[in-house]
Amino acid sequence: MAELFRRYGTTLTLAMAAATFVWVVMMVVLPYFVMVEYSFHRNLTVSELGGPKDVYTLENYASLFRGTDLSAFEFSDDFRVFMRTIWGSAAVTLVCLLVCYPVAYYLAKIAPPERAAFLLVLLVIPFWINEILRTFAWFILLAYNGPLNVLLKAVGIIDAPVRWLSGSGGVIIGMTYAFLLFMMFPLYNAIETLDRNQVEAARDLGASTWKVHWRVVIPHAKPGVAVGCIMVFVLAASSYIVPYLLGSPGTRWFTQTIYEWFFEASDWPRGSAYAFILLGLCVAFIMVMMKLFKVGLTDIAK
Amino acid sequence: MRLTGSELLLRVYLGVFFVYLFAPLVIMSAATFNTSRFPTVAPWMGATLQWFQALWADEQMWRALANSVVAGLAVIVVSVPIGVAAAMLLDGLSKRAKSFLYAVMVSPLLTPGVIIGISTLIFWERLGVKGGLHLAVIGQSSFIIAYVMLMVLARLQRFDRSLEEAALDLGATHLQAFRRVLLPHLMPAIFSSAVLAFFQSFENYNTTLFTRGTDVTLTIFLASKVRTGLTPAVNALGLVLIAFTIVGAIAYEVLRRREAARAAAARRAAEQAESLGEPALQGA
Repeated sequence: MAELFRRYGTTLTLAMAAATFVWVVMMVVLPYFVMVEYSFHRNLTVSELGGPKDVYTLENYASLFRGTDLSAFEFSDDFRVFMRTIWGSAAVTLVCLLVCYPVAYYLAKIAPPERAAFLLVLLVIPFWINEILRTFAWFILLAYNGPLNVLLKAVGIIDAPVRWLSGSGGVIIGMTYAFLLFMMFPLYNAIETLDRNQVEAARDLGASTWKVHWRVVIPHAKPGVAVGCIMVFVLAASSYIVPYLLGSPGTRWFTQTIYEWFFEASDWPRGSAYAFILLGLCVAFIMVMMKLFKVGLTDIAK
Repeated sequence: MRLTGSELLLRVYLGVFFVYLFAPLVIMSAATFNTSRFPTVAPWMGATLQWFQALWADEQMWRALANSVVAGLAVIVVSVPIGVAAAMLLDGLSKRAKSFLYAVMVSPLLTPGVIIGISTLIFWERLGVKGGLHLAVIGQSSFIIAYVMLMVLARLQRFDRSLEEAALDLGATHLQAFRRVLLPHLMPAIFSSAVLAFFQSFENYNTTLFTRGTDVTLTIFLASKVRTGLTPAVNALGLVLIAFTIVGAIAYEVLRRREAARAAAARRAAEQAESLGEPALQGA
C-alpha cells in the first residue's frame, strides 16, 4: 500500500481503492454471501418476518431430495431435473471431446501452418456469433418439417420425420454445437506444444496410430482436456437458452427449475438454494477434473 | 502423393466437421429470404425481402435494441474506470496480497452467468432496489470489469516506470503524471476493453434474464420471439446481427494486429539498439 501512495499520491490511491472496493465487495463478494444466507430462510410473507417462523432452516436444500425413494427408484420432479442436468452436461462434454480431438490434432500437428491459420480463423467466426442465434439455427434445422428431416427422407435414411425436439436429443445436439469451441481451443493449444519428434519416435519404435495417441499425444494434452471439459461442463450445466429453445416440458434443465422458483412460484429462498446447489455442482466437477487429470489451478488460468 | 486410409478418413471427417459448423448458420440466414411464414428453406416458396420490412416495422424490436445500446454504454461507463483502477491497484500491491485479490477478481469469470444474475438480484432487492435495466448493468459489469482489469493489467506491465518518475522529479503533481504519462500509455487497452465491454453486454443473456425486471433487451426479445411469434423476421434480425458481428470481429482483429505489430516493431528497434555493439551474433 505504501508503495501505491508514493507512486500515485493520496487522492489517486484513495480513488482507486474506493472503486475497487465498490466492485469487489459490493458487486462480487457481498452478493454471493447474501444469496447463500438467503437460501437458509423460509419463504415468508412480510407480516411473518421477524416472527417465530423466521429462523434459519435447511428445508430449501432438503426439498430437492424430498419424495426421493432410492429403493423404489422414485424421484421428485426437481431431483429428476437435477440428475438430467448432470448426465446431460456430462454427455455434452464427452461428445465435444470426441468431436474436437481429431480436428484439434489435425490443426496442431498435421496441417501446414498456413492452412492451419486459415482454418483457425474459420473456426472462430461461429464463435463470435451469439449463442442464441447458434441455438436458433438448430431450432430451424431440427424442426419437424425442417431441412434435416427433409434431407434425411430424400436420401432415404428415414421413412417418417423424426421429432428431434421432443426428447433430450435436441438439447444435447444444440449444446454440443454451442459449446464446441470451448473444447477446441484448449485442446489445440495443448497438442500444439507437443514436440513432433516424440510422435515420430513412437512410430519408429513400432507403435500403432492408436497407441501413439493413447500413450503420447493424449497424456501430453491432459491439461487441455481438463480445461476443455471444465469449460464445456460448466457452460452446459448453467445454460438456460439451449434447453429453453430446443427442449420440451419433459426435458427441463435445472436452470429452468431455478427460474420457475424465482419468477413463477415467487419462492426466492428456494431458488437461491437451488442456485447454490448448481454452483456446488460446477465446483465439484472442477475439483474432480483437477484431481483426475492432476492439473492445478494455474494450468486452468493459462 | 498418395493418401493412406487413415489420412483419407481424417480429411473426410474435417470436411464433414466444417459443413456441420457452417450449415446451420447458412440455412438460418437463407430462411430469411423464403416467403414461407415458418422460417425454413425446404420447401422454398419464393424469394422475398418482406421479412426485413416486417423487422423494420417492429416497434418492440426497436425498443429492445435501444435498451441494449443504453445498457452497453452504461456498462462501459461503469466497467472501464473501475477496471483501470483495479488493475493499477493490483499492479502496485505486494505479491501475497496480489495473488489473493487476483483470485477474487477473476472469480466472476468462472461463475455461471445465471448465478451472477441471481446473487445481484437478491443483494439489491435487500437494499430496496428492484430489477430492471439498471440492475442488468450492475450484474453484467460485475464480470465485465474483470475482462477490463485483465486487459489493462497486461498493458500496465509493459509500462516503463522511469517515465513516471521523471515526470514527478520534474515537478508534475501525481494527478498530472497520471493524466499525461500513464493514461496515454494505457489508452489502447482502455479503448479495446471498452469495445469488448459493449459487445459482452450487448450479447449477454443469462445474467440479464434474472436482473432485468420487466425491461427487454435485444437478446431477451430474440429468445422470446423464437418461442412465441416466430416468423422469418427473427431470421432477418439474426442475419443483421451476424453481419455486424463479422464486420466488428474483423475490425477488432485488424486493430489488434496493428497494435501487436507496432509493439513488435518497437521491441525490435530496442533490441537492435542494444545489440549494436556486438553485431552478427544472431545472424540466423
